[in-house]
Amino acid sequence: MDPDRKRKIRLVVALTAAVLLATALVYTSFNASTEARSPSELLAEEPSGSSEVYGNVVAGSIVREGTDMRFEIADRDDPSASVPVEYTGQVPDPFREGREVIVEGELVDGTLVADKDSLITKCPSKFQAEQDPDNVIYDPEAS
Amino acid sequence: VIELGLACLVGGLIAFLYGAGAALYGGFTGDRRWVDSSRRAVYSAAVLLTVCVVILESAFLRDDFSVELVADHSSTTTPTLYKMTALWGSQGGSLLLWAWVLSLASSGVLFATRHKHREVVPWATGVLCGLGVFFCGLMLIAGGAQPFARLDPVPAEGVGLNPLLRHPAMAIHPPMLYSGYVLFSIPFAFAIGALVARRLDASWIRSTRRFGLLAWIFLTCGILLGAGWSYMELGWGGYWGWDPVENASLMPWLVGTAFLHSIMVQERRGMLKVWNVSLICGTFALCLLGTFLVRSGILESIHAFGASTVGGPLLGLIAVVLIGSTALIVSRQRELRAERRVESLASRESVFLINNLLLVGLCVIIFWGTFFPLISEAITGERSSLGGPWFDRYVTPLALLLVLFTGIGPLLAWRRISAGRALRLFGPPAAFAAVATLALALLTGAADEPLALVMFGFAAFALTGLAGEFARGASAQRALSGGSWASSLAGVVSRNRRRYGGYIVHAGVAIAFCAVAASSSFQTSRDVRLLPGETTQVDDYTVTYERAFTNVDEAEDRLTFGAVLDIDAGGDHMALTPSRNYYSGRSAGTLASFFEGEATSEVGRSGGATEDLWTAMRPDLTSVDDFIAGADRRIDRATLPAGGDLPDPNTPGGLEQMRQIAAARAQLQGLAVQNLRDRYEQGELPVDFRINVNPFVIWLWIGGATGIIGGLLAAWPAAAARRRVADVHAARLARDLGRA
Repeated sequence: MDPDRKRKIRLVVALTAAVLLATALVYTSFNASTEARSPSELLAEEPSGSSEVYGNVVAGSIVREGTDMRFEIADRDDPSASVPVEYTGQVPDPFREGREVIVEGELVDGTLVADKDSLITKCPSKFQAEQDPDNVIYDPEAS
Repeated sequence: VIELGLACLVGGLIAFLYGAGAALYGGFTGDRRWVDSSRRAVYSAAVLLTVCVVILESAFLRDDFSVELVADHSSTTTPTLYKMTALWGSQGGSLLLWAWVLSLASSGVLFATRHKHREVVPWATGVLCGLGVFFCGLMLIAGGAQPFARLDPVPAEGVGLNPLLRHPAMAIHPPMLYSGYVLFSIPFAFAIGALVARRLDASWIRSTRRFGLLAWIFLTCGILLGAGWSYMELGWGGYWGWDPVENASLMPWLVGTAFLHSIMVQERRGMLKVWNVSLICGTFALCLLGTFLVRSGILESIHAFGASTVGGPLLGLIAVVLIGSTALIVSRQRELRAERRVESLASRESVFLINNLLLVGLCVIIFWGTFFPLISEAITGERSSLGGPWFDRYVTPLALLLVLFTGIGPLLAWRRISAGRALRLFGPPAAFAAVATLALALLTGAADEPLALVMFGFAAFALTGLAGEFARGASAQRALSGGSWASSLAGVVSRNRRRYGGYIVHAGVAIAFCAVAASSSFQTSRDVRLLPGETTQVDDYTVTYERAFTNVDEAEDRLTFGAVLDIDAGGDHMALTPSRNYYSGRSAGTLASFFEGEATSEVGRSGGATEDLWTAMRPDLTSVDDFIAGADRRIDRATLPAGGDLPDPNTPGGLEQMRQIAAARAQLQGLAVQNLRDRYEQGELPVDFRINVNPFVIWLWIGGATGIIGGLLAAWPAAAARRRVADVHAARLARDLGRA
C-alpha cells in the first residue's frame, strides 16, 4: 500500500475512535449527571435517577439515630412544599434548622435517600461578609 | 510608604508597556538597541514589583490596617507566618504575586537568552510584557483588586485569615501553583515568538525547556500540597475530590506533561511541531483558566472565593490567547511541517505520541466533567453536575495505560526497534510483572479489585523496566571507565541528568498511581457515634473513645473540642487525638458565631509504610444549641444599652464606652465558653467519628517527592565546561546501548 493512503486510513481510524469516545463521553455525562431541583420540583417530576435537592431545613424536623439522620427540606420561597430526607455521613458544622442546604440522592417512595457525605450547608462565609469597618471596633478583645 | 507601593505598581505597568512597545518596534525594524532596551524595561519592572511585594508584606507584618487588604485578611492575632502568607489569600495580593513572579521569570529567561535567538526574542519579550501589562493593569483598574487601596477610618482590628487556610501546606500551596502557572508563560511566549518569526526549529524549545520543567515541578508540588492539605485538614478522609479547583490545577499539569514529552520528539527528530506549539498554547490557556476558576466563583467549590471583578478580563485574555495562537499556527502551517515521519509504531516517538494522546484525553475528560454544569445549563437550561464516580470511570482506564507507557517509553529506542531487542528489553520486566500480579492475586485480597490489581501489575512492569535501564546504564559506564557499581551509576546519572531524571520521575509516577489505586480501592471507612468510654472495631484496630478534652487559644480566637482515642492494634496501644477547631468571627462577638462558620479538623493519624489509621471527629452540638442561643441573649441583655443604640465610636467618649461594652462581653463570653467546655469534657455530648484505614497513602507522598527530585535532577544545568564532555559521553553511551 502506498504510504499516503496508509496515512489517510490511519487518520480516519483515529478520528473515528475520537468521535466515538466523545459521543460516549457526552452520552454518559448527560445520563450520569445529577440535576439540581427544589423539593417541589422533585415531588412533581419524580425523577428516576439522582438529583441535587436544594432548600431550607424545616424547623423541628431533625431526628438523629446514631450516625443516621432524618430531616425535611422545603422550598426556599414556599415552606409548605417539603420532602423528607434520610441521610448518613458527615454533617457540616453550620447545619441547623432553617439553614439552606444542598443534598444529593434518589427519591424512593416519597423520601429522598441521600448519598453518603453529600450534605452541603450554604452559609455566607463570615470571613467575607464582615467587612464593615465600623463593626470591627465592636470586638471583645480590642480593649 | 503605601503610596510608594502604588507608585511602584504604576511604574511596573509603565515599564511593561514600554517594554512591549520597544520589543515590538525592535522586532519589526530589526533594531537590536530597542530589543535591548525592552529587556532592561523587564528588569526594572521586576525591581519595581519586588518593591511592591516588600511594601505590602511589611504592611501585613506591621498590622497596618489602613490598607484594606491587610484589614480584610489579617489581624493582630494572626500568627506571623500566616501574616506573611495572607498576601496571596486575597484577590489583589494574588494578582500581584502573578505579576511579580512573571517579571522575575521573564527577567531570568531574557537574561539567559540575551545573546541568542535574535529573531525570536523580540516577539517573546513582547508577549511577556503584554502579560505583565494585563496583570498590572487589572490590579489598577478592576474594582476591589487594587492591593494598595486604603481604608478610612482606619479599623482597630482586622478580620483575620480564613482559618481553613491557616495550615502550613496552605501557606505555600498557592504560590507553588501560581509559580507553575506563570512559568508556563515562558515557553508559551517563546513559542509565539518562534511562530511570528517563522523560526520553527527546536531552538526556542532548547532555551525554554528548563522553564517548562520548572513550571511542571512547581505545579506538581502545588497539587501535592493541596492534596495533603485536603487529607489532613478537611476531615472527610480523602486527598482528591474532583473539585473544580483541583481539576483546574490538574489540567495544565496533564497537558504540560504531554508538552515536556513531545518537545523531545521535535528536538531529536524534527517532528510534531504543530502539536508542540498547540500543546504549549493549550497549557498556558489552561493555566489562565485555572486562575480564572479560582478567582471567578463561576463553579461551586470548596474554594468559593465569591464573585469577583477580574473574571471578565481573564476570560477575555484566555480568548485572545486561544484565538491569537490558533491564527498564528494556521498561518504558519508550511513552516510547521515535520522534517521526518514516524518510521515504526514500535519506536520511542510513536509511544510519546500515544502518551500524549492519553494525557490530552485525560485533560479533555476532566475539562468536560468540570465544566459540565455550565455545558448542561447552556444546552438543557438546567444546571447539572457530574460526581466523582463519573470521573473515576473515565480516568481509571486512561491512568492504567499511562502507567503502562511510563514503563514502555524509556525502553524503546528512537526510530524503530527490532523484535529480538524488544524481547530482550521487555521480557524480564513483563515476566516479573506477571509473577508479581499472580502473587498479589493469590496471597492477598488484591484480586477483589481487578482494576487495582492491573495497576499494580503495570507499575511493577514499569518499575522493573526502569530499574533495568539504570542497571544497563551503570554497566555500560563501568565497561567504559571501570570503578565500582555505585560510582558507575552515579557517574552515568550525573552525566545524563535529563534522561535519568526523567526515569526517576517515571518511577515516582508509577509509585504514586499505585498508592492512589490501593488507597481508593482498599480503604475501610467507618462512621460511628461514641460517648466517652465506648469502643468500636475497625479492621484490626480496637478504638476506644477515652475522654474528651478542650482548648482555648485566645490569641487566635479558637475553641478546640478534641477526643483522646486509645488504639489497640493487637496488643500494641497508642493514642490518637483528633480534634475540631471552631473560630469566632472576629467581629460578631457572639457565642453562636463560633459554630456557624468555618471549622477545621485536626486529623488524628498514625502513619506506616503499609497503612494509615486516620481519624477525624465532630462533636454533635445540637443538644447545646439552646444553651448557646440563651447565653447569647443573656449576654446581649446584660451588656448592650437599652434600645440597642450603640455609642458612636468616632467620638472620644463613645469609643471608651464601646471598649467597656466589649470588655464586659468578653468576660461573660469567657464564662459561657467555660460552661460549654465543662459540659463537653464531662462527656455529655456524643461525638461523630470517622475512622479510616487508608492503605499505602504514604506512598503517594513518596512517589510525588520522587517525581519532584527526578524533575529537579533533569532541570539541573550542567556547567558550561562540562556540557561538551557530557554530550560526548551521552553519545557514546547511547551508541553502547544501541540507541543512537
